Amino acid sequence: MGKIKNLPDSKGHFNEYGGRFVPETLMPALIELEQAYKKYKKDKEFLAELNSLQKDYIGRPTSLYFARRLTEHLKGAKVYLKREDLCHTGAHKINNAIAQALLAKKMGKTRIIAETGAGQHGVAAATGAALVGLECEIYMGTEDMRRQALNVFRMRLLGAKVTEVTTGSRTLKDAINEALRDWTTNVRNTHYVMGTVFGPHPYPLMVRDFQSIIGKEARQQILKAEGKLPDCLIACVGGGSNSIGLFYAFLTDNMRMIGIEAGGLGIQTGKHAARFAGGSLGVFQGCKSYLLQDDDGNVLTTHSVSAGLDYASIGPEHCYLRDIKKIEYTYATDEEALEAFEVLSNTEGIIPALESAHAIAEALKVAPSMPTDSIIIVNLSGRGDKDVQEVARIKGIEL
Amino acid sequence: MSTISGVFKKLKKEGKKALIPYIMAGDPSLNNTENFILELEEAGADMIELGVPFTDPLADGPTIQRAHERALRQGVTLRKILAFVEGIRQKTKIPLILMTYYNPVFKYGIEAFIKEAVRVGVDGVIVPDLIPDEAKDFIRIAREHGFDTIFLLAPTSTEERIRKVSTASKGFIYYVSITGITGAKLLMDDSMKNTLESIKEIAKRPVAVGFGISNPEEASLAASLADGIIVGSAIVRLIAEGKNIKGFVKAIKEAI
Ligand SMILES: Cc1ncc(COP(=O)(O)O)c(C=O)c1O
Repeated sequence: MGKIKNLPDSKGHFNEYGGRFVPETLMPALIELEQAYKKYKKDKEFLAELNSLQKDYIGRPTSLYFARRLTEHLKGAKVYLKREDLCHTGAHKINNAIAQALLAKKMGKTRIIAETGAGQHGVAAATGAALVGLECEIYMGTEDMRRQALNVFRMRLLGAKVTEVTTGSRTLKDAINEALRDWTTNVRNTHYVMGTVFGPHPYPLMVRDFQSIIGKEARQQILKAEGKLPDCLIACVGGGSNSIGLFYAFLTDNMRMIGIEAGGLGIQTGKHAARFAGGSLGVFQGCKSYLLQDDDGNVLTTHSVSAGLDYASIGPEHCYLRDIKKIEYTYATDEEALEAFEVLSNTEGIIPALESAHAIAEALKVAPSMPTDSIIIVNLSGRGDKDVQEVARIKGIEL
Repeated sequence: MSTISGVFKKLKKEGKKALIPYIMAGDPSLNNTENFILELEEAGADMIELGVPFTDPLADGPTIQRAHERALRQGVTLRKILAFVEGIRQKTKIPLILMTYYNPVFKYGIEAFIKEAVRVGVDGVIVPDLIPDEAKDFIRIAREHGFDTIFLLAPTSTEERIRKVSTASKGFIYYVSITGITGAKLLMDDSMKNTLESIKEIAKRPVAVGFGISNPEEASLAASLADGIIVGSAIVRLIAEGKNIKGFVKAIKEAI
């Protein structure tokens, strides 16, 4: 295993990954954002405000819950769940969205925009905008609007304008294209709240920092509960923010860390979003990273039952952490995720987001063969209310 | 001196401005593209920008997005466009500039792309999502092969960015007239005039203005402030509607 470097460098590179691949129009905005972030992350007043919102508004710290019945069911490692599903609005996305909304306000912006896939980040950004008093527009692919109709309604209730994106595959990547086009046009008064550890520098760095509270809490909580560190951490990887959020505080410790991508209908079918299993190095939507693309450099359409993992590329820091063998990456198929969705609901009374169900699926695979005194922490990145309708549809049940 | 620089120099001597139309290669087919190039030359184009279709054209507005989609549906790729240029070089010497997003070039291989582009007779390249900061190898290899790298500046560009982009650019600098995407409405005000003046002062290179120029009046105004103009969406729209482009381009030429 390689030694961990303090990355990214000043240009946003994680070794060969990351960087800034954007239209020149956006460069001043990215530099402005980078400088503002540098300033406010050390600003006592900003941090105190953020801290109090994390506590009183988001509901942090979220609990680290010992899943007793799931553990008994698996007859192996003790499984703990980091309960990001208990955050206000139902997913970890709010950790980042609130922080960026606050930052946008400090920067004097009057409007925020965001992309969303599962709708969780859109809801979180709309919530952040309502909280600090900013105008808000959310871009969402029509395919995702169908799958996540509940979240579309929530965003509108929160006062956001939801703009449907009908180009390309009509999913997350197309929503990001539209958000970037909007930002290029309205860059002077608008802040783009990117929802994951992706895009041009400083987003991968900044979003990681805002999400790393997950692992900071989990580390303290497990030491308190068990008196030792876990043996294994598991999280699902869309862009990679909830996973890096959990893993980051443990990177200098020694343990297995597993990131779970969307295996869709299986890698050989081509209908998946497993960038490491099926992709190659590319440049997409602002950074250099692994990308699902064809031989001519065009971006392939992806598939996953979970809208939040249905994305053609992956955060650049993950590529670096994979190269140095700090984190392992594998995938769970739609079928495995749907099964895990039901197992967790039945054994623990917790309905997970379909994204998080991919991480649960991996726990179902690895826990049984681990000793009973070993510990797994699974990041339960979100709750599944938004997915109930889609799961019913898949099962052929009319609600 | 590169072909592109030569054209600007000659025009300057004659007190004229460069007309640079943009069309998407393979929209609606590469056969049509060949005819369009020859028509554009006859109509007075000084050089031509050829778009390379890409699945995720994030700097383009709806008109050119749809052109990307049409060309992709024809199976047009960077590889095919390079072969196409090799063919059309039998028929015209007009400078050809590829406008491509970075990933197709990156996937092709930077050095392999530049070598092949030079071999088939492409004169330069514009990559809207590549900034000089990320283009060290790209610029170095292009220089080794005498291939022009045209970078972009925008109304938001600071003096520091203007310096960086000027050093990195060969042939000319592409000034994006608006904060926005292709096909948006042109807004010609004093700030555009001022920015262009400071760019010309710092850059000491030809500057061409693009994005949003859609009629002879706008063309004339933009040309008065720069060394050349780029007209894209307006032509792509005519092509999409199956209309003739020659008359329109002639009218633009006469206006500048
Ligand atoms: C609940 C939940 N988990 C995970 C993800 C995936 O994103 P990331 O990999 O950035 O955590 C999403 C994205 O929408 C989500 O809503």
